[in-house]
Amino acid sequence: MLYLDLFLTFFRIGLFTFGGGYAMLPLISEAALSKAWATEETMLNFIAVSESTPGPFALNIATFIGTEQAGILGALCATAGVVMPSFIVILIVANFYLAFRKNKIVANVLYGIRPVVIGLLTATVLSVGQSTLFPNGFVFDVKLLISLAIAIVCFIVIKKKVHPIIPLLSSAAVGVLLGWLGVLG
Amino acid sequence: MKKYGELFLTFLKISAFTFGGGYAMISVIEHEVAEKRDWLTKEEFLDVVAVAESTPGPLAINSATFVGTKTGGFLGAFFATLGVVVPPFVIISILSRIYGAYGSNPYVEYAFFGVRAAVLALLVKAVLSLSKSCKKDGYFYVLMPIALAVSFILNVPVLAILAFGAFCGILWGRSHNALS
Repeated sequence: MLYLDLFLTFFRIGLFTFGGGYAMLPLISEAALSKAWATEETMLNFIAVSESTPGPFALNIATFIGTEQAGILGALCATAGVVMPSFIVILIVANFYLAFRKNKIVANVLYGIRPVVIGLLTATVLSVGQSTLFPNGFVFDVKLLISLAIAIVCFIVIKKKVHPIIPLLSSAAVGVLLGWLGVLG
Repeated sequence: MKKYGELFLTFLKISAFTFGGGYAMISVIEHEVAEKRDWLTKEEFLDVVAVAESTPGPLAINSATFVGTKTGGFLGAFFATLGVVVPPFVIISILSRIYGAYGSNPYVEYAFFGVRAAVLALLVKAVLSLSKSCKKDGYFYVLMPIALAVSFILNVPVLAILAFGAFCGILWGRSHNALS
């Protein structure tokens, strides 16, 4: 049952993500790749589209994978799944959040998890980097140089607090231009 | 009834015009609910952020649910959250149709080739800012590389690594209490 699978998978992802959307990426790519909902390349395209559109990253990617797998109903199941854990937990916690915030065990669990989340996200970014720069194994060619150049320029631009949509759209334009010139083979 | 409509529309607007989600959204939410409207005071909003960070799920959903339930109970929470969900749902449903139809067009592939490199830069930046906000102590320098290595090299399931982190955090807290 694909709908149920989408709902439960994204429910689990929503339930175990601490630290917002990006922290979700390791769980999402693990699930999507192991269930063959995406290849490494389509996963990269999903991330690209989610980054280039407004709204929370987690909702964008849930809707994208849901639609690709099972149309609008699939998107509904994936989105409901990713939203529901936060919704339920906050409804419960909102009434005694001061006690919740001061709870020792909650504090210790969060303290314990935070470095792990960063380590996991770094691992995901490393594999995203690997499949972006070396999609066909460790080949050193013009495409690698171009990707590296775009990534470095974008990184510098983003550090200057430029709105991310500008580097995203410019990189798309550069890609189209280079492809039209025949550089990308 | 009017309050629910306003909650829905406010969070719809926040979601539809903020890119990057999460932390980018926090300052926009603060402006809308604590400055333009008096749904929450600034202090209450800081509490919202703290709670949103310590509960699972996307930050935007957590804060929408929280603000909604504080101002309008269960239905308030429902409509605020629905407001956040609708824009990405509509936009991405349409875009994924287009992606399905034109995804293998060579020019679309060229565009994605460029965008993927830009996304890599965005992700590197996201990791750096996330790790900037984390306390750098002995615990961080031990656990961060362990999580990185077991995930990247050994492909240990993410949930197992998260559970391990939570377990270590509790142990650390106990030993600290015993010492002090």
